[in-house]
Amino acid sequence: MKASFFPGCSLEGTAREYGESIDAISRFLGIKLEELPGWTCCGASAAHCTNEFLSVSLPAKNLLLAEKLNQDLVTPCAACFSRLKNAEKVLIKESQQTDAVPLFRGEINIFHLLEFFSREDLVEVMKAQVKRPLSQLKVVSYYGCLIVRPPQITDAKNWEDPQALDDFISLMGGEAIFWPYKTECCGGSLLLTNLDIVRQLIGRILDMAREAEADCIVTACPLCQANLDTRQEEIGKAKGVTYNLPVFYFTELLGLAFGLKGTQKWFRRHLVDPRPILKTKKLI
Amino acid sequence: METTLISLPRTLSQDTRFRDLVVEAAGETIFSCYQCYKCSAGCPVAFAMDLLPHQVIRSVLLLQKEKVLSSRTIWICASCETCTTRCPNEIDIAKVMDVLRQIQIESGTEAKEPKIPIFHKSFLNTIKRYGRIHELSLLANFLRKSGGIGDNFKTGEWKNDVRLGMKMFLRGKLKLLPSSVKGKEELGKLFDQAKGHKKL
Repeated sequence: MKASFFPGCSLEGTAREYGESIDAISRFLGIKLEELPGWTCCGASAAHCTNEFLSVSLPAKNLLLAEKLNQDLVTPCAACFSRLKNAEKVLIKESQQTDAVPLFRGEINIFHLLEFFSREDLVEVMKAQVKRPLSQLKVVSYYGCLIVRPPQITDAKNWEDPQALDDFISLMGGEAIFWPYKTECCGGSLLLTNLDIVRQLIGRILDMAREAEADCIVTACPLCQANLDTRQEEIGKAKGVTYNLPVFYFTELLGLAFGLKGTQKWFRRHLVDPRPILKTKKLI
Repeated sequence: METTLISLPRTLSQDTRFRDLVVEAAGETIFSCYQCYKCSAGCPVAFAMDLLPHQVIRSVLLLQKEKVLSSRTIWICASCETCTTRCPNEIDIAKVMDVLRQIQIESGTEAKEPKIPIFHKSFLNTIKRYGRIHELSLLANFLRKSGGIGDNFKTGEWKNDVRLGMKMFLRGKLKLLPSSVKGKEELGKLFDQAKGHKKL
């Protein structure tokens, strides 16, 4: 199985362990994720908030590159996914309104990594590869906003109560705990500009995860992970609580369940160290 | 009844351009808003807003340009898309917020949350320069342009920032130098073209 891969900017920096674990998992499963040559930033919130032209043309530039290679495009970032999908919809709509040869034919699919990995045949393969079940690990799944919303753009089928991450937790032998904050916003787009608001949004999510008695949180977005992981200590201090809730990328947990080597290197990059809870549960 | 009759022609005589721009970008569905409050009820940042999302829609329809453009709301909307997803009348409220921000920037007045548009500008400048976001360059540019360093010293927030920065560095999460990306010239062209695409 092959696809073009749009890593997004975070994977080169704050989300390094996401990139490393995706690489390890896809090699292990024999999936070729080929980095899109010459990819550039999707423009993220900065473009759609301030310039409509850039909000479409920046991601569109990457879609055109991907279509030339005639391969589906996969991205692990919720924000990149949202901008690429939005550009796809705009370009297809425009091409329907004109007789000219369209720039983008819409013949490739754009997937978020979570959806790409959730293909039935692949899930069957993964099931057979679980060598170290995550027994007794209580996990809440956190999807955030843009993997699922708005469904007109994401083509998500279950946007208020998505299941893909929960299904992975069960597949790995962990306990997927139901909680009501799967798709609450963590305020990622305000992280550097209004920390007061961001702290309140993250605090609510962490409080709910605690109330659900989760051992950890699992995500599929570099911004969600960074936001929930990096600010725990200071938010906890201000509220007088200790959260100590590791925030995993789902690919890291897959690596652990498959018994891959090198998982500890990913875990060492976390601000909330996941190793103590994994040791307690005898998973490492 | 008489007040209605008097206020109606006055509304009609006003400049409708502001509302037209919003309709053009976000669609005609905004006219079907029946103020059900669903957008505001589900909004995660409503607690920090001075104008709730359903009030923004009503204000746009009533041509209350100044009120909307000078609001804190249009900037602190986190673009989480909950409102757009849940609106029973298919109003793309998040898109309305985008258009309003664009009109506000072009109006040349100061934004109620000035740091946020400065951040967006730093972000786009970083893309223009490197092709991708290099987190440290973005942060440095933003702190310089927003006067954030001085602010952080006043509030003591700098201690948190330094602590966090050190931790990230030690965990290999800070990429020190930007990547070099091919095709930056093409990006430059897009940025030039973007200048010609103004709302106002």
